[in-house]
Order: sequence, then C-alpha cells, then structure tokens
Amino acid sequence: MIENLIIEIFIGITIASAPLIFAAIGELLVERSGVLNLGVEGMMIVGALLGFVVISHTNNPFLAVLAALCAGMAIASIFAFLTQFLLTNQVATGLALTLFGLGFAAFAGREYTEVTIELIGPIYIPILSEIPYLGPSLFSLNPLIYLAFFMVYLVWWFLFKTKQGLILRAIGDNHDAAHAIGHNVVRYRFLAILFGGAMAGLGGAFLSLVQVPIWGEGMTAGRGWIALGLVVFASWQPFRIILGAVIFGGITVLQLHAQGFDIRISAQYLSMLPYLATIVILVALRIRLKNKTNRTVPNCLGRIFHSTT
Amino acid sequence: MIKLTPRPENSKAMIILSPIIALALTALSAFIIFLFILEDIEVSSVFFTLFAEPLLDSYYFSELLVKAAPLMIIGLGLSIGFRAGIWNIGAEGQYVMGGIAGGAVGLYFYNVEGFWVLPLMAVAGILGGMLYASIAAYLRIKYQVNEILVTLMLTYVAVLFLSAMLQGPLRNPSGFNFPESRIFHDSAMLPIIWEGTRLHIGLVVAILLSLLAWFGIKRHMFGMQIKISGSAPRAAKFAGFDDNKTVWYSLLISGGLAGLAGLFEASGPAGQLTPGLPQFYGFTAIIVAFLARLHPIGILFSALLIALSYVGGENVQIDYNLPSSITQIFQGMLLFYFLACDILIKYKVVLFKKNN
Amino acid sequence: MSNRRFSSVFKLSILSLVLAFTGSVSADPVKAAFVYIGPTGDHGWTFAHDQGAKYVKEKMGDDVVITTVESVEENSDSERVITSLARKNDIIFTTSFGYMNPTVKVAKRYPDVKFEHATGYMLDDNLSVYSARFYEGRHVIGKIAGRMTKSNVIGYIASFPIPEVIRGINSAYLAAKSVNPDVSMKIVWVYTWYDPGKEADAANALIAQGADILMQHTDSTAPITVAEEKGIYAFGQASNMREWGPNAQLTGIIDDWGPYYLDRVQAVKDGTWTSSDTFDGVQQGMVKFAPMNNNMPVDVKNEAMKAIIDLSMGAIHPFTGPINKQDGSPWLAEGETPPNFPDLLTMDFYVEGIDSKYPN
Repeated sequence: MIENLIIEIFIGITIASAPLIFAAIGELLVERSGVLNLGVEGMMIVGALLGFVVISHTNNPFLAVLAALCAGMAIASIFAFLTQFLLTNQVATGLALTLFGLGFAAFAGREYTEVTIELIGPIYIPILSEIPYLGPSLFSLNPLIYLAFFMVYLVWWFLFKTKQGLILRAIGDNHDAAHAIGHNVVRYRFLAILFGGAMAGLGGAFLSLVQVPIWGEGMTAGRGWIALGLVVFASWQPFRIILGAVIFGGITVLQLHAQGFDIRISAQYLSMLPYLATIVILVALRIRLKNKTNRTVPNCLGRIFHSTT
Repeated sequence: MIKLTPRPENSKAMIILSPIIALALTALSAFIIFLFILEDIEVSSVFFTLFAEPLLDSYYFSELLVKAAPLMIIGLGLSIGFRAGIWNIGAEGQYVMGGIAGGAVGLYFYNVEGFWVLPLMAVAGILGGMLYASIAAYLRIKYQVNEILVTLMLTYVAVLFLSAMLQGPLRNPSGFNFPESRIFHDSAMLPIIWEGTRLHIGLVVAILLSLLAWFGIKRHMFGMQIKISGSAPRAAKFAGFDDNKTVWYSLLISGGLAGLAGLFEASGPAGQLTPGLPQFYGFTAIIVAFLARLHPIGILFSALLIALSYVGGENVQIDYNLPSSITQIFQGMLLFYFLACDILIKYKVVLFKKNN
Repeated sequence: MSNRRFSSVFKLSILSLVLAFTGSVSADPVKAAFVYIGPTGDHGWTFAHDQGAKYVKEKMGDDVVITTVESVEENSDSERVITSLARKNDIIFTTSFGYMNPTVKVAKRYPDVKFEHATGYMLDDNLSVYSARFYEGRHVIGKIAGRMTKSNVIGYIASFPIPEVIRGINSAYLAAKSVNPDVSMKIVWVYTWYDPGKEADAANALIAQGADILMQHTDSTAPITVAEEKGIYAFGQASNMREWGPNAQLTGIIDDWGPYYLDRVQAVKDGTWTSSDTFDGVQQGMVKFAPMNNNMPVDVKNEAMKAIIDLSMGAIHPFTGPINKQDGSPWLAEGETPPNFPDLLTMDFYVEGIDSKYPN
C-alpha cells in the first residue's frame, strides 16, 4: 500500500512538473540568446486552448499537440517581430504578450467550457514497465512527459554540442561582437523565440490534454511565471530545469498529500513553500557560485540589439 | 522591401504622434474584430459605451478616477525603478502587504476614533510595502539575485499570507467565520473628495506625487543618478554614483508607493480587508508606466486611459453580454501597437526596391 | 433567523396609489439582473444559478428582461457592476458571499431597487438573503458513500473553511458513519472555488491515499473526471455532472434556484416583494438530486431514496443528537436538532469522529 502511494506521488510530481519543464526549457534557450520573454504565461494558455480545441474536433492527439506547438509559435512571433525588428522594450512587450494571450484564449475558448475530451493517457513501455517499483513509476508515464525530458536533453545538446548553439550563446553574451564576426543576431534570436513559444505551447497543452480533460480560462494559473523563475533558478543550465520543476511541482503535490495525512501546518503556509523554496535555493546557489566566476547570466539578457549597418 | 533607417535625431513630431497612431490602430483593430464577433449589435454603440460613456456619465467618470488613482501611484513608484533598470515586477505583492499592514493598524484601533488613525495606517502601509520590497533589494545587492524573480515569487507569498491573515488574526469575530475583516470604522476610512461617489484623496495624493517626481527627476541629483544608471551602468559607476544606493532607493520607493496604494484601496473603495484585495493593479501599473514612457506626468494620463478601458470594458460586458476577456485583448493590443509605433521616433520607415 | 415567511398583501387602494405614482407594476417587463462569480460554463455553482435565471425567462417570457454578468470578481469592482445594474434593473441577485458589503452599500443608495444576496446574512428593507440547506444533500450522499466505499476512506475536496462548507463536511460524515461505523474522511483544502488543475491534483492525492469515493465542495467537473478515469465513485456538485462521469457519478446535489427566483421576480412584478430570509432545503425543492446511477445496488438506492423522501417531508434532520464536537464537548442532546443561528449559520467545528485537524 505504501509503495503504491509513493508511486502515485512520484507520478503526481511528474505530471505537475512537466508543463513547467516544457515552458522553462523553451525560455532557457530564448534567454541564452539574450532575450527575456515575460510572455510565457500568455503563450502557454494559447497552447492549452488550441490543443484542446483541435482534439475536441478531431480526436487526434498528434494533431492536437502539433496545434498547440504552432499556436505557441504564432503568438511568440508577435513578440519576436516587435522586439527584434521594431526594437521594442522586451519587458513591456512580454507583459503585453501575457495580457493579450490570456485575453485571447479566454475569449476564443468561451464555447469550449462545457466540452470534455479523452485525455492522452500514459504508455507502458514493454518489459521495462514490469519491473517492480521502477516499472510503474519510471516506465509507465505519459508520452508527453518523456518528450519533456527529451527536449531538455535536446536543448542541452544543441547549446553545448553544436556550432549553432555556441553561436547562440555567444550572441547572448555579446551581441555586438557576434554581429561583428558576421553572425545574424536577429535571425538566431527570432528562431529561438519561436522555439520558446512552441515549448510554452506544449507546456500549456499538457494541462488541457493530460492533466484535466476540460478547458477553463486562466487554467495555467501562473505556471508561466513559475517557469520564468525556474530558468533563473537553473542558472540557465538545461538539466537543472528538471531539478527546479520537480522541486516546485513536488512541493505543490506534497502539500496536498500533507493535508491528507493531516500534517498540522495551515494550508496557506504550506502553499507558500514552493515559492519560498525557489528563492532560498537560488540564494544558496549564488552563495556556492560566489567564488567561481559567475558567467552563467547571459550578459546581453534583455538588452536591445541595434544593428550598426 | 521595408527598411528602417535611423533618424539623425529623435523626431519630435512622432513623440506626440506615435501614441495617437497606436490608439488609432487599436481602435481600428477593435472595429474589425467587433464586426466579426458582433452579429446584430451596432459597432458604433459599442464604441460609444467603451470610450465615450465613462467620460460623459458622472458616476462612471468618478469610477474611472477611482480606478486610475492606484495605477498612478504604483506606476509612479515603478517608473523610478524602471528608469534605473531595476525591474520590480512584484509591486502587486508589495501592494497587498501594504494593505495588510495599514489595514491591520486600522482594525487594531477599531473602537477608537481620531484624526490620527488614518495617517498612522498610511505610514504602516508604506512601511509594509517598503519592507517587503527591501527583501528583493537585499538579495540583489548581497547575492546578485535577480529582483524580477524574487519580487514575483514574493507576490504569490503575499497573496497566500493575506488569505492566512483573513482566516486567522484579522478575521471579523462577528462575521460568521467568513474570511473577511471587520468593516473599517469611520476614522479608518479615506475622506471622499467627490460627494456621492467613491472618489477619495488617493487621487490628490497621486497627482501631488507625480508633480513631486517630475521635479525630482528634472532637478535633483538623485534623478540624474537614476537617469544615468539606467542607460549606462558603467558610466554611472565611473561618475561615482552608487549602484547599491540606486537599488535600495528604487525598490523602497516603488515598494512604499505600492503599499500606500494597497492601503488606499483597503480603506477606500473596499472598506475592509478581503481576499479580493489583489486586483492586479501591481501588474497593470507596469503597463501604465511603459505607456507613459516612464514620464511622471504622462503616467497620470496613461493611468486614465487604462482605467477607461476597464470601466468602459465592463459596461460593454454588461450591456452587450460580451466577455470580460475583450478588455484584456484590447489592452494587450494597445500596448503592442504603442510599443511598435515608438520606433517611429527613432527610425524612419523607408520603402525601396531591392536592386542587385 | 427563520424560514421563508410569505409576504403580506397590499390593500387595493395602496396598490392603485403606487400605480398612479410610479406607473410600474403594469405592462412594462420586469428587469432582473444576476451577478455571477464564475463562468456559466463551470457546470457547477454558477451554472446552477444561470439555469434558475433561464427558468424565470421561460416561465415569464416577455414579462421579464434578464441581464446576466459573469465572472465578476469579489472585490471593490463588484460594487460598480452592481451599481450599473441597479441603474437599469428592478431586482438584482448577487450570487456569492463575497458580494455582501458591495450589495449592502448599493442597496442603500438605490432604495427602490430590490436586492437578493445569496449565502449572506445582512438584511435591509430592500435587501433579502437566501441560501439552501445543502447539508441535507450531503446527508443523502453521505449515506450512499458510507455504503459504497470499500476502503472506508471518503475523500473530500473542500474549498474554504466557511460555515457552509463545514456544514457539508459534518453532515456527510455523520450520515456515512451512521451506515458504516468504520468509515473515515480525508479532507483537503484547495482554497479556491474553481481551479480544475488544483482540484484534479487534490482528487489524485486523495485517491492515492486510499479514498475510493470522492466528494467535492468546489465548482469544476475536474474531480469527477479524475474519478471516472481512476474507476472510482464521486458525486456531482451543484448540477448533474453525469456527462463527465457516466460511471463515476452515483448521484449529485443539484441546486434548484429556479422556483425561488421566479417567485421573487414575480413578486416584484406584482408589487408584493418584501425583504426576506430564506434557508430552504429538500422540502421546499431548492435542493434536488441527480438520478441515481444504475450501478448502485438496489438496497443502497432505496435507502437513499427513503432519505430523500424523509427530508422532503421534514421528517428527519441531518443534525440530530446525540452529537458531540470534535473535542468531545457535547453539542446536541439526544433527539435535539440545532437552531439556525448560531449553530448552523456560524458552524466552525468538526463533529466528533472526524480525525482531521480543523483548519486554523
């Protein structure tokens, strides 16, 4: 009985952290290129809606996931166009994106609040899922969860094992120098922003396609902002995103379990834990890094790139 | 091909024109969207309800001012920090803490009347917001932790804390155990400056603050410090300006003002502390600050504009059964267009044929 | 506070005087407005109120004009919404507790408009309050749950620790225990009325901890979808949620506001409206039930139906002594039932036997 509970908690944590992993890994790539996109919440909710709409009409999970991806990219392109071509302030543009995205999704989703769909269920990896303990927990997860982990690996591989990734990081650190060498700063950033949008859209779709089979306006409930925090928490290192998302998602889930076990702390204070933990761990990481050269923040993060040609 | 060529100097005409162009574009987009979604409703009457009615009807005009006041106050505080590159995204949390602190003082003296209660509450509200923002300032200075993250996370904490307070120590003992505080007594309520409406002295304070900020930035050394710090941190250090002091001032001022706005909301329109205290003023004020290009007088106007969209949007929602999300969409669009049109100040749009 | 009193009848002369002065109560349609806290698509609390509004329109046709405003936040903005409605309507229903202070304020400024505040406690000459004895509904589903659970753990997803929710928990527990002495209840507080993701998380946590039947005092259909997915039982909240849980939903508590709303709007039309305080239950038809699921054993179904009949005849009271409070102190003596005030309306304690700590 207790093993089942632990497995259930584990699965609950993965479900809670997957949307965060998607959104955060996308934003990580964006920020590595030197752009700060605060519009993650807006991109996530649009993805959640489009994925839900498509699956309710077609019953095809692949199309739905694809739609969510495209929706995130489409709305991210507004941000990309404004910040990269019209040189607008990134903080303000990102906020406008969040506002617009939330409003658009709420408006477009009006007709879908009474619709229910088939959730995308977990898959059971043959043979591996028979292993006691590990089987039902690690190898019987939702395919989108595996995809989230894969995307983290993919981003890490891209950033640190490819030439383009190196260029992107260089752009994030010193866009003037990179431009002088001849790299197309705007193109790299534009594509990175689109990727971030796609990932955020996926993260949102996870909510409406995996977690609950219904649509409700505002159902992202601040996860986009948490994802932004996770990127900083992870010091812009891809694999640390998983750690942060698990901690954050984990505390959220554990807080509910704690109530079930009648742990005598008030629910509000328990609910504060994930947010406080994020700050505390961030400070702790900084203290550890104090002696090493702190080069993890992309130097050009948030700065507008002015082409001199 | 469209190309942007930099102007030799900022176009003075565009500084005035670009917001107008942005407004026009938003109105046009709204018009087109309405044409699609409204089948049998007169688009012009929707526009009237949205933009004109709140200005012509005295009740709605007063409500417009009521909603604009906190946006002005918080926006002013934020603009000071933004000029210096200090991004206080958690003004909402400081607003809540200020409301709790000031409200708690008022509730503590609930059976005592006196002219000193309200000023004491205001001081408590300011201190509450300041203290809360100082956490981010400290962490940024000591550990270089980004204030965007800290202030944002602390916003969630503040809202949960409000809920805990209303379940516990601040709950109305004769309120059937609902999570609300007592209704504030007379000494704890803001004086109303327009008889018969909810318009309180918060508006006066906002206008005074904006004039103060304007002078401060124009004349005072501190203002120059912030102007320089924001645009070139290295130059500022070279000239001897203290970066740490800027961080403290920026966060304490924006936190304190946000806290004051929270207190004004609690002891003004709300009249008590409830879970509904947070109304995203802290986030909307960021947009207000940007729309005004961080200019203290401009903030008064952009706050009015945003407040207009709220009040008008709400009336459209009631009269035409349109969802409230319409207002959000238009606010987002307005900001997009505004930011986009800003480029016309620095750059000229040139059309040319691609040769070779 | 007592049950609904019927309004007094105006003398004909007074009526004609009123007619002469105001010209109302005639061919002009009555204008009624409803303020909702959530979207009508929640298929829960707000949906039920909207069904009530639709019922009024259906019955009164052209004699009434209905305005509804959705998703009005419980903050100082609501005062403006209510005021806007008061300028154009004859009667306004504010359907959530958090609108209390704003409703009171606007009612004072518009003495000719009638106001009805749901689940509140402040009255005025032109302000009524109304609420439903949902705990009677909990009594019935409590009995069903007690019988249907095999793990003897009932999972309860609760929103805020306000008296209405506490009443529901206590009533459900007592009823379950009366048919199953070994039953226990796990309660999780989500501090929201509507958040599908969080409600689903809570449902999953409760199930993981052994609950094989769910109850909720939150507004979305999320818990029922989780129950359906996990193959356990649950109950619909405020409306029939069968669509989201064809196998899971054993039955559901349905808030039937229609007849009450019709009554009040009609009273405005007839000029007979007076301020009242309504706290109705199964007997008056305000609390109804979704059809019993066919997968329920016949004897459980019959027991539930009998409870419903008993309630509708006023023959039983879900809180009948001997009942002690959670700390062991006595509350109700043998055969004693509690008065509305203060016991029911300010209930802030668990009954004996619930082993969760009372929140705060």
